[in-house]
Amino acid sequence: MTETFLGLPATAPAGVGNLRGDEPFPVAARRALADAQLRRNLRHATGTIRAKSAAVIGEVPDWAELRAAGRAIKSDTMARLPELLEQLEAAVTAAGGTVHWATDAVEANRIVTDLVRATGADRVMKVKSMATQEIGLNEALEAAGIEPVETDLAELIVQLGRDRPSHILVPAIHRNRAEIREVFLREMPGVDPALTDEPAALAAAARRHLRETFLSTKVAVSGANFAVAETGTLAVVESEGNGRMCLTLPDTLITVMGVEKVIPTWDDLGVFLQLLPRASTGERMNPYTSMWTGVTPGDGPQQVHLVLLDNGRSAVLADEVGRQALHCIRCSACLNVCPVYERTGGHAYGSVYPGPIGAVLSPQLTGVEENASLPYASSLCGACFDACPVMIDIPSVLVHLRARHVAEQRAAHRTPSAEAIAMAAAAYTMDHPRLYAAAQRAAGLGRVAGRALPPPLSGWTASRDVPAAPPQTFRQWWSQRSRS
Amino acid sequence: MRIALFVTCLADTLFPEAAKATVRLLERLGHQVVFPAEQTCCGQMHVNTGYPDDALRLVRRHVRTFAPYDVVVAPSGSCVGSVRHQHAMVARRAGDEPLASRAEEVARHTYELSELLVDVLGVTDVGAYFPHRVTYHPTCHSLRMLRVGDRPLRLLREVRGLDLVELPQAEQCCGFGGTFAVKNADTSTAMLADKMRHVLATQADVCTAGDASCLMHIGGGLSRLRAGVRTVHLAEILASTEAGPAGDRTGRNVEGVAR
Repeated sequence: MTETFLGLPATAPAGVGNLRGDEPFPVAARRALADAQLRRNLRHATGTIRAKSAAVIGEVPDWAELRAAGRAIKSDTMARLPELLEQLEAAVTAAGGTVHWATDAVEANRIVTDLVRATGADRVMKVKSMATQEIGLNEALEAAGIEPVETDLAELIVQLGRDRPSHILVPAIHRNRAEIREVFLREMPGVDPALTDEPAALAAAARRHLRETFLSTKVAVSGANFAVAETGTLAVVESEGNGRMCLTLPDTLITVMGVEKVIPTWDDLGVFLQLLPRASTGERMNPYTSMWTGVTPGDGPQQVHLVLLDNGRSAVLADEVGRQALHCIRCSACLNVCPVYERTGGHAYGSVYPGPIGAVLSPQLTGVEENASLPYASSLCGACFDACPVMIDIPSVLVHLRARHVAEQRAAHRTPSAEAIAMAAAAYTMDHPRLYAAAQRAAGLGRVAGRALPPPLSGWTASRDVPAAPPQTFRQWWSQRSRS
Repeated sequence: MRIALFVTCLADTLFPEAAKATVRLLERLGHQVVFPAEQTCCGQMHVNTGYPDDALRLVRRHVRTFAPYDVVVAPSGSCVGSVRHQHAMVARRAGDEPLASRAEEVARHTYELSELLVDVLGVTDVGAYFPHRVTYHPTCHSLRMLRVGDRPLRLLREVRGLDLVELPQAEQCCGFGGTFAVKNADTSTAMLADKMRHVLATQADVCTAGDASCLMHIGGGLSRLRAGVRTVHLAEILASTEAGPAGDRTGRNVEGVAR
């Protein structure tokens, strides 16, 4: 059999969307770490969600089996993704919906903008959606003179504050209630100047602000948590009911969905609806689960569109080790348990996908070299792997992407990096026990314990002492002992 | 039982007391310890930094060195984790399936110290004596990669004179992570600061763990603070007896001060 290599699938294009940061992770992290308020907000918020989630997961006797089922369904889905997407397209179309295929962010933004323009609307309301944040849809709509209004409370806080989301589930996790009150007082038209920072008062202010939008906006844009191929049903899970308002009230509903969100059957949905709420918000059952199948005459939106988004996902699928990142159901459990995320927050990752899953997903979507610092933004502690409800082995993918980065650097440059030379030399030395023993002795003689080492090791000595060299190595002791 | 010591490059070079303590402990329990001299490093640093191709020769060496032994022990959860979860992967990546199979065979016989003691040798009371207030940090790879669970704590609870105090948020990473501590030094330091805060809150004199690497990190931070808390490898505590502490009296702790 002969094979024709057609080249690797395209990655997400630069210059559009929010998958790339302006600076490498260590630089952005350094600034975030100095923000005492941010550190406090994140410590409190992640600690609260961790405890809540652990408690309700502990109630489920078959959690391990559920996780294994989730992983199996996703692995099966990825193995026959093209077939399932075509099945989904046929089912949605048969139910009166219209399916659009978008290769990348540019195409998806153009499709949505054209659909909104065709309705004559100059405002859309939005259900919280990672896919539309990923492609920068709000920016594209604004450029076309269309006003996007975020209706998820946390997403609204971010939008009003001209901020960026820093968490997949709780985009304003980096803000505490005092800061949210300040944003509302500054940015929310007609807000009560006596607004307090009580959560109920803040929610009531947002409700008043959004009500008018819900009642008067004719077009909504959503993402989708799941799409059932066999029935053509789309599903959105949320906690506020604001999403359901957007999904039911307008005339036109446009859903932008990453291609990996498809699942084969209706029964499969049952597995994920058990896994997702306990892993993400720490709830036993999700409060608002909205499902729709095409158009229902006389009930709900009469124009229903589904935009299937690739934007680098086929490139992720092409990587045998890395493709499991596409199994993600966006629960955020890995963010909440990550010791790095808890200290730096989400903005340091640059991409809308922060934390451990972002560190494996963003570099694969954009190409590793455009997010080269992210695979290294982890101590490989493994807490994310344990927390993931679909058992994505994030540490192994991180290590795999580090190797991809090293390989791409090697291919791009004639001369190897200092690190590559050091690593090759170390491997050579360690493969020759006599050289290795000599190097050990030299290290013992040459090094002064304590404070200052040259770069890059100065990163260590900035905050930690270096251990004193022992008078003899273990192998010296052993050979002495064996002789005597 | 004849047990081969996989010393790990870090213990060999910088923390020989942990390795010597492992030898003395196992000999005291009536076992024969051998040290295959051809061993050097398991290659974990190479793999985790993105250099699996360079690690291949080290995996090959490790497998060749330890294949003849029925039982291999290392005083490190991290290095045993590398043997169990990375060696076969490195071999397969290079297309060397025979090496991968042999690596899996070696991994099946390789144990972290607390696993060897509790699971293979069936002992929790090793006859140790260590009259100090001690807190235990379960290192990430011991906890989540090897799942050693409470084995180290069961061993510590049987140590006479030892006052074991629980470490708050023990399961959180200390921030070492190999080259992470250098490439992301600021984040690593922030994680270390919280770990040290919890260690100090226990008012322990000694922080112990099953990994010299994490102890080097925590100990390096405590030393910089002149906090007056020592880091001591689990093996050294278990090797200590009424007759005398572990080590050969010239041993040093990580703060570089002769005991």
